[in-house]
Amino acid sequence: MTTARGEAARPTAPPAPSVEGLDDLLRSMADDEFVIGFSDSEWTGIAPLLEEDIAMSSLAQDELGHAQALYGLLAGVTGAVDADTLAYDREPTDYRHARLLDHGRGDWAMTIARRYLYETADAVRLRALTTGTWLPLAELVGKLVREERYHLMHVGLWLERLASTAGEPRDRLIAALESLGPDAGTVFTPLPGEPALVEAGILERPMAGLEIAWRAEVAPVFDRLALPAPPPTRDPARGRTDHGQAFDWLHGEFTSVRRSDPGATW
Amino acid sequence: MSEAGTQTAIAHARAGLQPPAPLPSVAAVEAALTEVPDPELPVLSVVDLGIVHRVDVDAAGIRVVILPTFVGCPALDVIRSSIADRLATFGLPVRVDTTFEVPWTSDRISPAGRRALASVGIAPPSEPDAVRCPFCTSASVAMDSAFGPTQCRSLYYCRACRQPFEALKAV
Repeated sequence: MTTARGEAARPTAPPAPSVEGLDDLLRSMADDEFVIGFSDSEWTGIAPLLEEDIAMSSLAQDELGHAQALYGLLAGVTGAVDADTLAYDREPTDYRHARLLDHGRGDWAMTIARRYLYETADAVRLRALTTGTWLPLAELVGKLVREERYHLMHVGLWLERLASTAGEPRDRLIAALESLGPDAGTVFTPLPGEPALVEAGILERPMAGLEIAWRAEVAPVFDRLALPAPPPTRDPARGRTDHGQAFDWLHGEFTSVRRSDPGATW
Repeated sequence: MSEAGTQTAIAHARAGLQPPAPLPSVAAVEAALTEVPDPELPVLSVVDLGIVHRVDVDAAGIRVVILPTFVGCPALDVIRSSIADRLATFGLPVRVDTTFEVPWTSDRISPAGRRALASVGIAPPSEPDAVRCPFCTSASVAMDSAFGPTQCRSLYYCRACRQPFEALKAV
């Protein structure tokens, strides 16, 4: 504890040319965390094991907390009212999460496969932001990576468990990976305002470069477990805009309380 | 009292005003914070937990800056209001802010805090493969799940004394 006074104010306003890029980046990250967090919260009460019920609920709670913090930064950058307005008051077509997260909850293997693909990609993306020049984001990311480490450890163990148990567990995992694979790379869909972020030193390198790094990182794991590695991304240009019916349903779910009593607070 | 302070007191006396109450010292505010328990781990105060980042006191009031243990910690609002309630006794406006300026890490928990955790059967934080049973101190333990009853805890089982227990995550 200190009693520092008169210290230089920390810059919280981003450099002007990068505002549009930050809008794209924060929106995509916050929507990713919000949608995967909300999807996984659907396992609360019905997960296959009691420990998993707790784990999945805890993971979901972490992700929703991350989304809240990212929406908070986004609100500050764009002048939106607050995090809740961004989370709940948009039309389904205005969300910018990756299409990887638009496959519905599915079975347990689908949940593990989706989370493994997402967590590994998110880890690469976060790493590219930790040394960023815009402090509010770099500081938040420094905190996020400490929590995400546990997510990756947990889902990694489940991937191994399903992959190495012949029969239904392995068969279902392979089916899930084949269904999700073509959308896995959508986490790295290039953002319109990305060049300004790289220029300003907020993002270490473009999404395309991060995707290459991610594929190189996961390839040995898929190889060792003899699982189908994610193929090239299907329709990459629309990786964050083309959400489909599964998301329409999810959107109806997560906005239902808000719609039933607009403006209510906790 | 400084010369400026004396002048102010004289000015107040001439104007027939009560002199303002002296400001509490930062140390007095910090001492009061040791009486604010963490809502999820009430054997620890917010000071032992290491979440108090900064305390400022001036004529405008008391400002406490805290570090969330987890980004989405649902106990934050309760912590904010417990701090504000406890510090209200100083008779000044109280503001509690959060920051990620430095990350809270589990090594910010004080030695007294670590002992308090062990006394209620929660292993203090250490790297996942170095956790010891808080009941019998055996290292022959296995992680059941990285996720426990709150965001900051994992579930373990001790093979030596056959007790399940919780450990604080090392973040």
